[in-house]
Amino acid sequence: MTIDSYRLQGEPGIRGWLLFRFAAPQAFYPLAGRMIPWFGALATLLAAAGLYISFFVAPTDAQQGEAYRIIFIHVAAAWMSMFLYVVMACWAALGLVLNTRLSGMMASAIAPTGAMFTFIALWSGALWGKPTWGTWWVWDARLTSELILLFLYFGFMALTNAIEDSRRADRAGAVLAIVGVINIPIIYFSVQWWNTLHQGASVSLTRAPSMAMTMLTGMLLMALAAWMYSIAVVLARVRSIILERERDAEWVRGLRGVE
Amino acid sequence: MNWGSLHNFLAMGGYALYVWGSYGVTALCIGVELWSLARRARRAQKGA
Amino acid sequence: MLGGLKAIVARDLRLSMRRRGDVLNHLVFFVIVVTLFPLGVGAEPNLLRAMAPGILWVAALLAAMLSLQRLFAADFADGTLEQMLISAQPLGVIVVGKMIAHWMVSGLPLTLLAPVLGVQFDLPQAALVTLVLSLGIGTPVLSLIGGVGAALTLGVRGGGVLLALLVLPLYVPVLIFGAGAVVEVSSGMSAAPHLSLLGAFLAISCAVAPWATCAALRVAYD
Repeated sequence: MTIDSYRLQGEPGIRGWLLFRFAAPQAFYPLAGRMIPWFGALATLLAAAGLYISFFVAPTDAQQGEAYRIIFIHVAAAWMSMFLYVVMACWAALGLVLNTRLSGMMASAIAPTGAMFTFIALWSGALWGKPTWGTWWVWDARLTSELILLFLYFGFMALTNAIEDSRRADRAGAVLAIVGVINIPIIYFSVQWWNTLHQGASVSLTRAPSMAMTMLTGMLLMALAAWMYSIAVVLARVRSIILERERDAEWVRGLRGVE
Repeated sequence: MNWGSLHNFLAMGGYALYVWGSYGVTALCIGVELWSLARRARRAQKGA
Repeated sequence: MLGGLKAIVARDLRLSMRRRGDVLNHLVFFVIVVTLFPLGVGAEPNLLRAMAPGILWVAALLAAMLSLQRLFAADFADGTLEQMLISAQPLGVIVVGKMIAHWMVSGLPLTLLAPVLGVQFDLPQAALVTLVLSLGIGTPVLSLIGGVGAALTLGVRGGGVLLALLVLPLYVPVLIFGAGAVVEVSSGMSAAPHLSLLGAFLAISCAVAPWATCAALRVAYD
């Protein structure tokens, strides 16, 4: 069921919103191109500051020694993995409701980066667990939920890749993403309940050592860096997706020069 | 945080495998993502 | 609307009865998988008794998932589904009717068969009762959520495995509380909180799944 009456792109006069002017892939392509270097630079600066704090300012932890420094990667990655899924679902929902091509492209552009951060959260979680809790894998509520989140990302990517028609793929992915987003709090709650039952009084992996101000600052900087990085990378990916999908359009042919 | 020497910094108090394993794999993932994006962009622009 | 619902349920049940083999296959799968676990982990009775709720629930989950393709595949192949989309009957009613029929043919037999298999694992009687209750509330949820997956993967290549990949993570909460209910009762405590949570999942699925399935079906036909 297409909602053609909501086609707002190309009608900036009515609302006058820049938002809708850039909803066309053709207009968004150069805009994204201009934004990427800024976000890339921000990401690099924030990461440099965060890394400096994590290695040279934050003191050694009394209980976990130097191993706790993994927290600066783990927490940022975990936050991004969840945040990106929600953003992806929002873009997907927007595409489903407004029937805009770009929204679906944005959702598809976000998924691989989200999956990557989920993997990093799991990997760093395992490497944090080994020295602190003695095993490579801990059936900690957060880690187990992250694992299921990874499956949700894979499901989205598998579904959108399996369907050949890109419009149908976007919209099927959108339904899946929305169902997934509703499920995430349920899954998290279930796994947390399951974990407390089976683990008893064991400490959660992500309960960090008593938070010194420096640690918190370091974590925030790394999280912001990850966020800026994600924006840059997603914009770069969506540009490629636009070129791939719109390859028959005049403006794309023009970009490539005379055929 | 004064490490004293490069050796101390790299050793990470004995946890070198875990700390550098995490940061290293993260750097690797980012590198792979950026490389694959560049490759995809090149191919898309060429019109493959 | 209720008349339409009854008609759809009756139609799907009639069609399933004509292809009884399909229906029985996943029940046999259920039994085989449950049998595989003791063969894999050893016949130690205490171990098996402790693992039984999880084994039975996972096997039921997998069997329910295997039967999902049947929900829309046949109608999709012969064009009936397209007719359903443009019929006067609201699509939601048709979808719910199909899910009810599907559950009656897959989830319900699993629920009734499970305690028989539970006896093989020496589960106490109270646990067996809870097993039936938890599966009775849980398998409709599996049909509902699975319906969304089935609609999304209609006619997509690699559909069966893709469906599993999409739907199994969403099944996790049902599994946790379903198996958890039986474990609680096995250790002598009440399973009421678990069962009520399962009931809540059922309510949420009834609200969300039909909408999502209709949206997915329309996406498939656009």
